[in-house]
Amino acid sequence: MPQTDPRPLLLVDARLVDPSTGRDERGGLLIDNGVIREVGPSVVASSAPNGAEIVDCRGVVVAPGLIDMQAFAGEPGAEHRETMRTISQAAAAGGVTSVACLPNTDPPVDGPAIVDFLLRRARDRSIVRIYPLAALTKGRLGEEMTEIGLLKEAGAVAFTDGPQAIVNAQVMRRILVYAQETNALVVHHVEDPKLVGDGVMNEGEFCSRLGLAGIPREAETIMLERDIRLVRLTGGRYHAAIVSCAASLDVIRRAKADGLQVTCGTSINHLTLNENDVGQYRSFCKVAPPLRHEDDRLACVDALEDGTIDVVVSDHNPQDVETKRLPFAECADGAIGVETMLSAGLRLVHDGQVSLNRLMHAMSTKPAELLGVPGGSLKPGLPGDVILLDADLPWVVDRADLKSRSKNSPFDEARLTGRVVKTIVAGRVVYDYR
Amino acid sequence: MSAATAPPSSFPHRHLLGIDGLSRADIVALLDMAEDYVALSRQVEKKKATLRGRTQINLFFEPSTRTQSSFELAGKRLGADVMNMSVASSSVKKGETLIDTAATLNAMRPDIIVVRHHAAGAVHLLSRKVDCSVVNAGDGQHEHPTQALLDALTIRRNKGRIEGLTIVICGDIMHSRVARSNMILLQALGARLRVCGPRTLLPVGVERMGVEVFGDLKKALVGADIVMMLRLQRERMNGGFVPSSKEYFRYWGLDAEKLAFAKADALVMHPGPMNRGVEISSEVADGAQSLIREQVEMGVAVRMAVMEALARNLPNH
Repeated sequence: MPQTDPRPLLLVDARLVDPSTGRDERGGLLIDNGVIREVGPSVVASSAPNGAEIVDCRGVVVAPGLIDMQAFAGEPGAEHRETMRTISQAAAAGGVTSVACLPNTDPPVDGPAIVDFLLRRARDRSIVRIYPLAALTKGRLGEEMTEIGLLKEAGAVAFTDGPQAIVNAQVMRRILVYAQETNALVVHHVEDPKLVGDGVMNEGEFCSRLGLAGIPREAETIMLERDIRLVRLTGGRYHAAIVSCAASLDVIRRAKADGLQVTCGTSINHLTLNENDVGQYRSFCKVAPPLRHEDDRLACVDALEDGTIDVVVSDHNPQDVETKRLPFAECADGAIGVETMLSAGLRLVHDGQVSLNRLMHAMSTKPAELLGVPGGSLKPGLPGDVILLDADLPWVVDRADLKSRSKNSPFDEARLTGRVVKTIVAGRVVYDYR
Repeated sequence: MSAATAPPSSFPHRHLLGIDGLSRADIVALLDMAEDYVALSRQVEKKKATLRGRTQINLFFEPSTRTQSSFELAGKRLGADVMNMSVASSSVKKGETLIDTAATLNAMRPDIIVVRHHAAGAVHLLSRKVDCSVVNAGDGQHEHPTQALLDALTIRRNKGRIEGLTIVICGDIMHSRVARSNMILLQALGARLRVCGPRTLLPVGVERMGVEVFGDLKKALVGADIVMMLRLQRERMNGGFVPSSKEYFRYWGLDAEKLAFAKADALVMHPGPMNRGVEISSEVADGAQSLIREQVEMGVAVRMAVMEALARNLPNH
């Protein structure tokens, strides 16, 4: 975690976008001793305290820093793919000021000592805030629950087995019940591995033409419906990590209408790409769950706007050349995304499909609320984690410029409009474009 | 140099990765060239110098007898130096990746690499890493373009045309690269296509690929000019996709009784190797309506045509 900058930092003449209140107006923001002190139209240059650094925003957006609920940080065990240092630099460049790191490391994050290790590594190496996610089951084997209470005390913010579902419904039931002792959030990857089978992309005509084995949408929907049935039985806080198809959204809508504590996320990939992006076997577009049909993507966009989808994650999954430069069926799943998630998401804003406030809510306010971490708001008293976003700045993604240790970006060479120009964590500038 | 006398290239592709992407004119040009090679291959003197000095590598990640020997003969009859590399997939898994293999072979400066691989898209991936021409000899469940071309040549020589014919493809459509390539090629040449098989072996979305879909082989055969039977892999016979080979033969195996539902002059094809008594009876496979052996002969001619067409686009110095 970066050190707090005790000097006051005054941002003036900004477009203040605060998704926690719906604020969208011209004004200024003062951070002092790493904490937001004042915000609003009355905050101007002349009100600067002594010694303050003043930044004239010239009308660009000032918003809370992004909180990414699902990213793979490499440590421990996969430092050739990503490290705390590299993911934090990538996050800062993408306007992400807090990253929740997946527990599918080697060894997995299934004990308090590893949570402690991660927090120390983050303290020493990371320029953004890092929050460990801990495993739901020991060894992520889907059989015995982890020490949810002790892990939470050690600093785990939520629980998930990463990109792997708990197939045994009895185990899932017990976890949902026990997690309530500590009001822990259970995050689940909803894909039935048996129904996924040998599948490598969305089942359908396009997949059949490519001669690849398909993954039916039902692999996701059946697992999600099972989980919702269990939550009806047990209660508890349940979050479906990534939903990708229209039928799943209907399941979520029903669960929410019935008053269950159910939320869901989707990835930036599923909001902005579809199965056709696989094209001629592009391995960077192989993700889990798979990119779906355009109809499913549009359903996800609508669901983001209407609030059915609570959270947008990067699902940042760095893979090196050895695991990606293989035939499509044999290559690893995953795409990096923490650095491009906001710019890619702005496509939806520029197309008029989602408001900026709504997008920012799903990328900051809601993740903060679900994980119980500070941030996601411009309210005074909260950490000075904010971004300056030039929403109209055109740029082209070049993998050579990406900060992540791995370069498997499906957005390589994409033309995007809008990017973060400054990222501030605890009042200190950790990223400056140009 | 012989380059001065070479005709201008009428085949505007560096590789043959699939039928998808070829125009009708491309396909017809290949079939017309292949006709000449059928005649050549029936002479005592079968050699041409078209590929003299060229190196052809047959890189087979999956075992194959007939396709590999067919490509080998085709290359040799055109005067190329042919090298066969059979890479068992297990040894590849021990270390060297497909791309490493491609880079290694590329450094040996071949002119044509013929590739068969168990993964869809693998040949496409390899083609982007080498400087020579690449021919797809079958990639996973994706495409097998020279098989479709030889099937088309066989049909054209026996029926005089392809346009307007009713062609039935029966069997494991889902896992068949032969079916995929044939569906694209035969439709491009104007045939009416029907596919038939158990629902578990039909690919999702097949009904949107321009074909009529049948479950009942007898109904599919009514009015058929050509019946193409596909091989059913052993591992799919015992409960995974169909309950048993016995039940499969009962409903989807071609015997004389079922063949009688097709036109009287209907012809029977099979890409081989056959499972006699599973997808086809010996009576039909060896009968008067069978083109199965002729398909093998056409295979060499078609592969000669493909390699000549690609060689015309190779640099000459």
